[in-house]
Amino acid sequence: MDLTHSPADEAFRTEARSWLAAHVPSTPLPSLETGEGFAAHRAWETELAADRWSVVSWPAGYGGRDAGLLRWLIFEEEYYAAGAPGRVGQNGISLLAPTLFAHGTEEQRARVLPPMATGEVIWAQAWSEPEAGSDLASLRSRAVRTRGGWLLKGQKTWSSRAAFADRAFGLFRSDPDAPKPHQGLTYLMFDLRAPGVTVRPIGRLDGKPAFAELFLDDVFVPDEDVIGEPGRGWRIAMSTAADERGLTLRSPGRYLAAAERLLALWQAHGGPASMGDRVADALIGARAYQLFTYAAASRFLDGTPIGPEASLNKVFWSEYDLVLHETALDLLGREGEVADTRWAEGYVFSLAGPLYAGTNEIQRDIIAERLLGLPKGRR
Amino acid sequence: MRFLLTDEQRAFARSLDALLTAADTPSVARAWSAGEHTAGRALWSRIAGAGVFAPAVPEAYEGMGPLPVELAVAFVELGRHAVPGPVVETVLAAALLSGAPEHAARLLPPLVSGKAMATVGSAYALDGDTADVVLVLADGKVWLSPGCRPEVRPSLDPARRLAVPLPGGELLCPAVPPDAVGWARLATAAQALGVGLALLDRTVAYVGQRIQFGVPIGSFQAVKHRLADAAIALEFARPLLFGAALSMAPADIAAAKVAACEAAYATARTALQLHGAIGYTAEYDLSLWLTKARVLRGAWGTPAECRAAVLRGLRLHG
Repeated sequence: MDLTHSPADEAFRTEARSWLAAHVPSTPLPSLETGEGFAAHRAWETELAADRWSVVSWPAGYGGRDAGLLRWLIFEEEYYAAGAPGRVGQNGISLLAPTLFAHGTEEQRARVLPPMATGEVIWAQAWSEPEAGSDLASLRSRAVRTRGGWLLKGQKTWSSRAAFADRAFGLFRSDPDAPKPHQGLTYLMFDLRAPGVTVRPIGRLDGKPAFAELFLDDVFVPDEDVIGEPGRGWRIAMSTAADERGLTLRSPGRYLAAAERLLALWQAHGGPASMGDRVADALIGARAYQLFTYAAASRFLDGTPIGPEASLNKVFWSEYDLVLHETALDLLGREGEVADTRWAEGYVFSLAGPLYAGTNEIQRDIIAERLLGLPKGRR
Repeated sequence: MRFLLTDEQRAFARSLDALLTAADTPSVARAWSAGEHTAGRALWSRIAGAGVFAPAVPEAYEGMGPLPVELAVAFVELGRHAVPGPVVETVLAAALLSGAPEHAARLLPPLVSGKAMATVGSAYALDGDTADVVLVLADGKVWLSPGCRPEVRPSLDPARRLAVPLPGGELLCPAVPPDAVGWARLATAAQALGVGLALLDRTVAYVGQRIQFGVPIGSFQAVKHRLADAAIALEFARPLLFGAALSMAPADIAAAKVAACEAAYATARTALQLHGAIGYTAEYDLSLWLTKARVLRGAWGTPAECRAAVLRGLRLHG
């Protein structure tokens, strides 16, 4: 067992740290869930990309550094420790890009990935529908064959970032006669500004348009924007979902930095004993998540793919993030009510964690059935 | 960076698991609870022979230490099998005696081989009625006690017998070395993790077999979700344990102790609830782990003491 990084990896850390120290904005950007903030965060993606820090784990040909999993974890630790902005490009970078690496064509990767890396194209997700949430396979939006491509019809909802994003990716029913709900689905990418697309932003709890409804009325998608084989989208999407829950959506660096800020906040309030245990638990949880991730990364680098244990991860980080922010707001006392603060913004964001990327109830079913081996039953 | 147990460490765990499974450890623990120490002593020799205590003792005294990762591996197995006796206290005694050369050469080799067992206490000493070496922590000093009074007080865990040390004895160390307590705390965290893993395994097996309403109760979401939460707590305590064993930093050990003991105790509550009334009986073996999950929380660092140590020392970014 060894938790020390190689000298080369530590040199990479030093390089990242000094770049971030020179470039991270000294005042926080406006909330990325607003038009002004979205634009500012997009510009930040461009600045990251200019020195090849936006997608360090990607191949150099697409704008990355071929950095590997361990260096990506190191970069993320440095990124959040430096207080750098949230990543508006995250949906594309951590969900669509891994799907393209696994299932896309070389033409798709060459066309889609470089503008994703620079922030020129920001991606939204288009999974859920009014009648298909946790039961995603029951989705009804159609992709109908037409000359040279597909016509999308139907409605998507809770589409994160879609209020301001450029393009979206998701699953559509291409064969309504397939014998099972998860068959006959096709995974494709489409332009949110294409004719036939209506985007209706939805205000989250604090009113900011963090997601949107998408109404699709014969939206044309060329064949070149289908990922993988038509009708095989479910399996492809599940590989994306495993990435989302697994190692790459929420890196430990984010929570290590948040826990350190919580400790500083507690100390700045005189270290009240009544809050000490909760602050200690936040520190313990951040370390646990970091070490759990290093163990998972070590297994992955040994050749064991990330499996259903990704669900342990998702429940842990989403509940951890919420409890951490609740602790901060309680520490702030009456000031905790003020909404235009980093803690309040983080709190509102964290409330959604147990809901997206597969609700925590679905994750607990996966843990019970696939890790513990309990019998399937009615949901 | 490779944060995984080695093949040798995993083989060590498997060999202990096989030994303790074959030894019918629950029966040994029940006899131990009744003050019948013969079977427990025999098992003690065998686990010592398998190398359970050697990682805590330097090579100069016939051990193989310090090997805290191997110690943690071993103590997870001791917890999984509810091995009775002052296992953690023998590790602590070894750590204390390692700093007292005038006694170490005489007392440590028998602890490694299992010929002797040691305990460490203050008001009470665990299993002091049968331990061969009794150390006492009093007034911030370590004493070599002449022994314990023969009567014992019961513990919430019947396999833990609480004896009262006799007054007097020889001064061993003028101050309690904090590093030594760290070894006890790490071993307790490992034991607690093992207790929690056993409770989870046994409960998963039970709810897969117990039929109500015509189906296994393990097919119900209310049951699944409690067990999923137990699995999450235990699987996030595990890397804290081994991370602490690697660094042996007091705050890391304290964090591991909090997480492992909280996870084990939460799993105990879930295990009892999902077993129903059968789990509440002394005769059902689940009780061996249920009761241990409670008492390990307070052993060698209460949750409050450990969280305070985390606040003093745990720094996440360096």
